[in-house]
Amino acid sequence: MSKNSNVITNPLSKNNPVIVQVLGICSALAVTAKLEPAIVMALSVTVVTAFSNLVISLLRNTIPSRVRIIVQLVVVAALVSVVDLVLQAYMYPVSKQLSVFVGLIITNCILMGRLEAFALGNKPLPSFLDGIGNGLGYGLILIIIGAVRELLGSGTLLGFRVIPEVAYEYGYMNNGLMILPPMALIVVACIIWVHRSRNKDLQEK
Amino acid sequence: MNTSSNAYTVSYVAVMVIIVAALLAVTAGSLGEKISKNKEIDNKIQVLASLNVESDFDNAEELYAKYVKREIAFEGEKEFNVLKKVIFECEKDGKTYFVLPQEGAGLWGPIWGYLSLEADKNTVYGAYFSHKGETPGLGAEISTPAFQSQFVGKHIFKNGELVSIAVVKPGKIDESKDYVDGIGGGTITSQGVDKMMLESLNCYKDFLTTK
Repeated sequence: MSKNSNVITNPLSKNNPVIVQVLGICSALAVTAKLEPAIVMALSVTVVTAFSNLVISLLRNTIPSRVRIIVQLVVVAALVSVVDLVLQAYMYPVSKQLSVFVGLIITNCILMGRLEAFALGNKPLPSFLDGIGNGLGYGLILIIIGAVRELLGSGTLLGFRVIPEVAYEYGYMNNGLMILPPMALIVVACIIWVHRSRNKDLQEK
Repeated sequence: MNTSSNAYTVSYVAVMVIIVAALLAVTAGSLGEKISKNKEIDNKIQVLASLNVESDFDNAEELYAKYVKREIAFEGEKEFNVLKKVIFECEKDGKTYFVLPQEGAGLWGPIWGYLSLEADKNTVYGAYFSHKGETPGLGAEISTPAFQSQFVGKHIFKNGELVSIAVVKPGKIDESKDYVDGIGGGTITSQGVDKMMLESLNCYKDFLTTK
């Protein structure tokens, strides 16, 4: 059982998909100008990674190895399309907010990475947990970046004003640069910097 | 079983594709009606928003029926892809308003909106804009009340000419017509709104010029 819980906790820090394996950077950059889409994206990716890991793990002994990437892609694309349709039918306001980001889940390298590295060689339950762990590890970083960028770029969190009006009267200004995509990379880099300096074993000799 | 033989691989992929296609077709088919219904309600919410009526998914239909009296079909030169080209004749608190759908292009994709005019067919009563995929924090700011509320009270006619309302760089002025501030950092989207309004309003020129 402790092995299974490791599968969930490892991706949160020591083996984080974004800041250690440096996967999924593209979407981390696209959806983090505001906190809210970052949170919803984190949840959607967690659901899709968990279930695609489960499906591929169930099929793992039947998949012909020469076309395994194609099989993985088809499973992921089908799942994402179903999630998109279900969101449109039952949670239309949320799906409207996410717009193109749901489709972008298909191209997230974390998914393919986990399917290839874990689900193809493990039983369904650990694979499912691994998907949840990696989704959460990805989501954690996304939420941190989203919070930093929204706070410094717009002065709000989840749309609520956090920096008081008084500060603006004394000349405080939102940093418009924070909203632009390059700042997501710089924030990721800062997180990696802090994370590495705290975890000596991650540093290359 | 030999899972690396050609026959196995080909039949595996064929079966998988058929299963997935069937699954997606069934899902899309069974949810299709619900989704188009949602889109319809969403359009009603947008029309109501331009009338400064706040509504949500639960009460939109009721409020729409209360305020929107008539839909007048309209022909014009500009092609509309997202919205219906109709004029909504509405009544709120005993006054008549006209809601005109607008459609144009932003930086990344289509933008659209509804502009509501008072009975004089000149003064703007409210505006609503939305977009497919403009940059959050920049172009996407056109869908915020802060941007939209600037239009209230502006006039689309100047000296009897239909001139629309200009969207200018913040700080700039436009002598030739009424203007609002665009979005800093969202120049292309702001220009898109400017162009969209001019072109869309010209579609309704016949309607707007007959008193």
